[in-house]
Amino acid sequence: MTLLLMSSLLSRQLLYALLYLPLPCSRMKMKTCKARVLVLMLSVIFWSASFSCAAWESEELNNPYPEDENNQAVLYESFSERPKHLDPAVSYSNSEYTFIAQIYEPPFQYHYLKRPYQVVPLTAVRMPEVSYLTLKGEKLGNGVNDSDIAFTEYIIEIQPGIRYQPHPALAKNIQGDYKYHQLDKAQIEAATSLNDFKATGSRELTAEDYVYQIKRLAHPKIQSPIAEIMKNYIVGFDDYSKQVKDKAKTAIRDLPIEGATALNRYQYRIRIKGKYPQFIYWLAMPFFSPMPWEADVFYSQKGLADKNITLDWFPIGTGPYLMAENNPNRRMILLKNPLFHVESYPTEGEPEDAQKGLLVDAGKQLPFIDKVVFMLEKETIPYWTKFLQGYYDASGIASDSFDQAIQFTGSGDVALTPTMLEKGIQLQTSVATSSFYMGFNMLDAIVGGTTEQARKLRQAIAIAVDYEEYISIFTNGRGVAAQGILPPGIYGFDDKTGINPYVYEWLNGKAAAPVGKAQRKKIDAARQLMTEAGYAGGIDPKTKEALILYFDTTTTSIDDRPRMNWYRKQFEKLGIKLVIRGTDYNRFQEKMRTGNAQIFVWGWNADYPDPENFFFLLYGANSKVQHGGENAANYHNPEFDRLFEQMRNMNNSEQRYRIIQQMQEIVRHDAPWVFGYHPKNFSLFHGWYKNIKPNLMANNLLKYTRINTADRAEKRRQWNKPVFWPLVLGSAVFVLMLIPAINTYRRRVRKSIQ
Amino acid sequence: MVVLWTDALIYLLIVVILALGLYLRGKEHIKRPLQQISRSKIGMVSLVVLLFFVLIGLLDSVHFKPADDKKNEIISLLDDWATPLREHGEKTYSAPFATTLYSKEMMTLADGSMQWGYPRLEFGGRHLSNPEIEKVPDILQKTVYGLAQGASLIGFFMLLMWMLLVEQHKRFMRSSTAKTVWAVAFFMVSFSYALIYLSGYYHVFGTDKVGEDVFYQAVKSIRTGLVIGTLTTLIMLPMAIIFGILAGFFRGWVDDIIQYIYTTLNSIPGVLLIAASILMVQVYMANHEAAFTSVIVRADTRLLFLCMILGVTSWTGLCRLLRAETLKLREMEYVQAASALGVKQGAILLRHILPNVMHIVLISVVLDFSSLVLAEAVLSYINIGVDPTSYSWGNMINGARLEMAREPIVWWSLTAAFVFMFALVLAANLFADVVQDAFDPRRSGNE
Amino acid sequence: MTQYIIRRLLYSLPLLMGVNILTFVLFFVVNSPDDMARMQLGQKHVTGQSIANWKQQHGYDVPLLWNADAQGEKKITDTIFYQKSVGLFLFRFGVSDSGRNIGADIKERAWPSLAVALPTLLVGLLVNICFALMMVLFRNSYLEHAGIVLCVILMSISSLFYIIGGQFFIGKVLRLVPISGYDDGMAAIKFLILPVLIGVFSGIGSGVRWYRTLFLEEVEKDYVRTARAKGLTETQTLFQHVLPNAMIPILTGVVVVLPLLFMGSLIMESFFSIPGLGSYTIDAINSQDFAIVRAMVFLGSVLYVIGLLLTDISYTLVDPRVRLS
Repeated sequence: MTLLLMSSLLSRQLLYALLYLPLPCSRMKMKTCKARVLVLMLSVIFWSASFSCAAWESEELNNPYPEDENNQAVLYESFSERPKHLDPAVSYSNSEYTFIAQIYEPPFQYHYLKRPYQVVPLTAVRMPEVSYLTLKGEKLGNGVNDSDIAFTEYIIEIQPGIRYQPHPALAKNIQGDYKYHQLDKAQIEAATSLNDFKATGSRELTAEDYVYQIKRLAHPKIQSPIAEIMKNYIVGFDDYSKQVKDKAKTAIRDLPIEGATALNRYQYRIRIKGKYPQFIYWLAMPFFSPMPWEADVFYSQKGLADKNITLDWFPIGTGPYLMAENNPNRRMILLKNPLFHVESYPTEGEPEDAQKGLLVDAGKQLPFIDKVVFMLEKETIPYWTKFLQGYYDASGIASDSFDQAIQFTGSGDVALTPTMLEKGIQLQTSVATSSFYMGFNMLDAIVGGTTEQARKLRQAIAIAVDYEEYISIFTNGRGVAAQGILPPGIYGFDDKTGINPYVYEWLNGKAAAPVGKAQRKKIDAARQLMTEAGYAGGIDPKTKEALILYFDTTTTSIDDRPRMNWYRKQFEKLGIKLVIRGTDYNRFQEKMRTGNAQIFVWGWNADYPDPENFFFLLYGANSKVQHGGENAANYHNPEFDRLFEQMRNMNNSEQRYRIIQQMQEIVRHDAPWVFGYHPKNFSLFHGWYKNIKPNLMANNLLKYTRINTADRAEKRRQWNKPVFWPLVLGSAVFVLMLIPAINTYRRRVRKSIQ
Repeated sequence: MVVLWTDALIYLLIVVILALGLYLRGKEHIKRPLQQISRSKIGMVSLVVLLFFVLIGLLDSVHFKPADDKKNEIISLLDDWATPLREHGEKTYSAPFATTLYSKEMMTLADGSMQWGYPRLEFGGRHLSNPEIEKVPDILQKTVYGLAQGASLIGFFMLLMWMLLVEQHKRFMRSSTAKTVWAVAFFMVSFSYALIYLSGYYHVFGTDKVGEDVFYQAVKSIRTGLVIGTLTTLIMLPMAIIFGILAGFFRGWVDDIIQYIYTTLNSIPGVLLIAASILMVQVYMANHEAAFTSVIVRADTRLLFLCMILGVTSWTGLCRLLRAETLKLREMEYVQAASALGVKQGAILLRHILPNVMHIVLISVVLDFSSLVLAEAVLSYINIGVDPTSYSWGNMINGARLEMAREPIVWWSLTAAFVFMFALVLAANLFADVVQDAFDPRRSGNE
Repeated sequence: MTQYIIRRLLYSLPLLMGVNILTFVLFFVVNSPDDMARMQLGQKHVTGQSIANWKQQHGYDVPLLWNADAQGEKKITDTIFYQKSVGLFLFRFGVSDSGRNIGADIKERAWPSLAVALPTLLVGLLVNICFALMMVLFRNSYLEHAGIVLCVILMSISSLFYIIGGQFFIGKVLRLVPISGYDDGMAAIKFLILPVLIGVFSGIGSGVRWYRTLFLEEVEKDYVRTARAKGLTETQTLFQHVLPNAMIPILTGVVVVLPLLFMGSLIMESFFSIPGLGSYTIDAINSQDFAIVRAMVFLGSVLYVIGLLLTDISYTLVDPRVRLS
């Protein structure tokens, strides 16, 4: 502002000077008139500036949104990375689920309030009927041996009357033909966005649409990331892939797939191989949402992809919201779907939910928010500042703003700081169902292998790398040091006795305290292990110098430097010299694939709440190098693999629990991973943002939340009063600085006259 | 002793400068501008500051493996002297001259109870038993003490010089420029001595997120800045001079080819070229891991490559200037006469053309220096600058970017980087101005 | 004139070819198509089949430079190099590695870039010229010395500090403008004020100094002395003689950067999250989206060539002595 003012002043002066030059009046007179005009001009500018300041005083000059949105039920969220795919068959990351989970509806969903997580019907009428079949297709009764089960059948019935969002792909003309399925060149040329196709239509959701989507998962051209997994489960999936390999995307409509059939308009059947109780979790993921065949026909018209009009950018679903604007370069807007079916807010939850006010809206029709605006926000500073100014309704807490938001109470619990409480901000915490670990490449000559020496080395490192410190430095205490593979909240996690006895010991020798009271073993224990492993004092007997280990990572940015230094320090405790090999993501992947990595850190986020989803990361047949699977450590232990195969398909039971503990023990002893930590999610919400309960499994949470707009408008006004005095001061100083300049100028002019 | 690649090039640079100095000694056309520089107060003061930075950079460029140490670590002379600073890391942020951490933490008191408060630092202000009362007087006392020590050191040195000088030089020393220079040197030495003295007891610029001393980081960054500013020039100079002169002198197809090369390079947006090349270096290092066992070697290689790439992208400007100048020179009478007399072309180039374009080279070298130091910071922001593990102001600024969002704000990393970088760049800019005035024939008339 | 322009455009073809070859070599030495596929497909469950599919979709399923299996001229045309290069020269940038059409994105993002860069350039020009003129007007006075020192100080501060500081004080502390963001149409103004201000401010140091030397050079010339001797005042000589003549190098200097304004400012745009081409490029670099980076390199080169051509033409327009041949 100051500068603009300055430049305008300057230009005016210049203008004046230019105007004045040709004037043929006497020089003395000119001088006085000029000075007067100048003073007049300055004062006019000065006063008008102060007046406009006064006028602006009450407004929010820094409001990044249009004024008229102030009193609407609009939710403001942000995204930091543009989603790559919004096609439910392809997208498989949180940044994408944020959007598509609001738009697409799989048959089942997780209950919003109940814990442990429970799968409930969404578009389905009830939970599926499950029946077990023999190889010949005969039905088996209850209580049969698992080994007899050749197939499992799921029969799912969906609710009638559910309609798709209005969409051009479904628009029909008067004759009843699809209006936009045969676009001519001119129409495609003219279109820049999906919104340019003005007419929209809708139709009822049918069971066939769900079957169609399963066929899409199988089509190689669509490249579903779960196609490889589903091959092992859904009957006929692999054959179908091969059958349609060279056919167009639209051809699958008329080709039946063996494992999925629509029985009638509202019922369909999925047949999978063997018994796989976790399959119900897949049915709650967006992969199994319905897709109308019209969408593929519409979007595969030539020329539309060049305009970025594809299914990846403009979804078509039955959910509570529809994509109204998709500009991944700036913002994405979801609008309430006018045709959304009847779904009401849950009426029951955990006992304390009513007390927290989470059941106030029980039984009301969803959704509550009319419009959701996602703004692209890459830098943390603007994001955090805008949140504090009230322009975002929710925010995570970056490590750097942690102190500002959170404090620990005397007993070690977390609480908001007084400044946050004053603003009415609420805090939500939850331990994520994910695991970060430091893996050893078990194929490596030094750290890998099953020899006692290598094992001792790994165990020593496991003690030395102090993840409690890591959590406190880098995540501000937002995490729980891991005692095994499983994070809290997953079946089989033992929060009473389950410490890792190779790394931890009980405080004061007492067992059976909560895990949090266990203590990491002293570093001397690790040094002792090093000596036993043959690296006394960290000296490699071969080179007579410090043992050199390599840490492979993709992190090369400056923000990671402290982290890398920290890792180095941890290994230094044992006298080991850690060399960081930072490369780009590709090289890292390649190293992992070829088994050239030595030590790496990796994380895993649960797909579904079942221990199988974690233990399979160490299953020998999933090894990364030999089988291209997810077992990045290439760990292979026959006993572990046997137990895994046994545990995999069991229902949760006493026996399964026991097997899980055995597996934990094997892995803790072999130490192919240094169990890192399970992050805790801390989120902040403004007081006007209602009905928030963290749910790590479900992504379709927006429909449950509500915004108190009046409250928000009021708070924003309070928080964003502009500060003007430095501007006024600045311009005053500038005017003062002009005085000597004017004086010198006058002297000059006088001199040249004389 | 371990010689890193950049070290070697720095030594080479020094040798080249010395050789050039010897060669140009007593040459009349060089003497006059040099005298003009030596008469300029601003020029000499900024030169002193620059030399001070260069000295630190040189200390940081002598690397060796400590004999008693099995850690397989390479350190520099500067690191060796700053060992206490290097090893006195705290847990996390602490403000300048603080005795406690910057944020509250759960502490276990002596009696076993837990308390939520500011824990004492492990090293900063360790010698104080009651920081609240003793800190300020202690800092003042140590500052005065340090200043006095530094002052007496430089005073002694000056006295010694004065006694050794002959009368003729003494007269020179009495000139007002020399007095200013001495005053600045006096101030700088005693001030930095006081800083060093204080840093033994406190973190004078605070500590960063993992508790590293910021003062140490800022000082270590000097070398990176200097290396980028000078080695880039060293690498690009031969290319620019040879191509520029050849294109201007021979014209014809030589000129066409050289023009094609530099227009092509020039037309690629520089940042993109740098980004692509840095990616390539990373791949090279990933494929030759055995050669880069030490962090410092990796960082050094990347630094060297960065210099080379910056050199490749920045030689075109100078090349074009030299070409134009050579075009002018070759039409000069004495050059025409020489070639008419049958002097070999090579000799003409060396004897007549090269010396007469040197002032352009010199000016562009000093002008480029500061812009290169500034460019490093910007490149580090997009992660295509120096290695993230090496110390540089760009890396410090980037790390500090997020600290600005903290409340209360962590300002010292940014400030430290700002002060050091500003001092270096300002000195370089001022010096460049003076050099330009002295050597540019068009500008010499102005002042 | 037309002939000259056509010839220049033809000359630029080998230039662009050189750029194309250089970037191609740089990028494919670093990354094989397999790497790109893996990079873009993400972490979970990537198989050989999906990589092959991806390569086929993005046109990376043929050899790099020489297709030994193909027939006749297809040995050359059925290669990544040929197909991607031809696309570039026809300005068909194709699909980015992450799946969006690059041409459409560039068209959309060029305007925000221009909305920042053009005002920055114009306001900067105005401010710089004003200050430079003032310094020339007050030459050899303490005001000029103060001005020079100020300029050197402003020049010695890294642009990152201007951005961080400006955003902190004006956006966060004073709450006068939104901290970052962008909007279409006139609503964009409130978002643009801060970046433009900072852009202008960070350029003042070097800009003013440069224009000052231009003006001083002109002031020293004989005709100016004559004018002064004729009895014109200082201001009159400055505005009637010095300014118009010094405008020639200034304007031609501006013309050469005009086309490049479309490319936007890398740092400024990502700091203020303005959806322009600068932040597009940075994102592409960070996510190693080579298709975008190659397109941007090529576009940058084309714009540079256009800039050179415009400079030549503008010389003839402002200075009748220069004739193109």
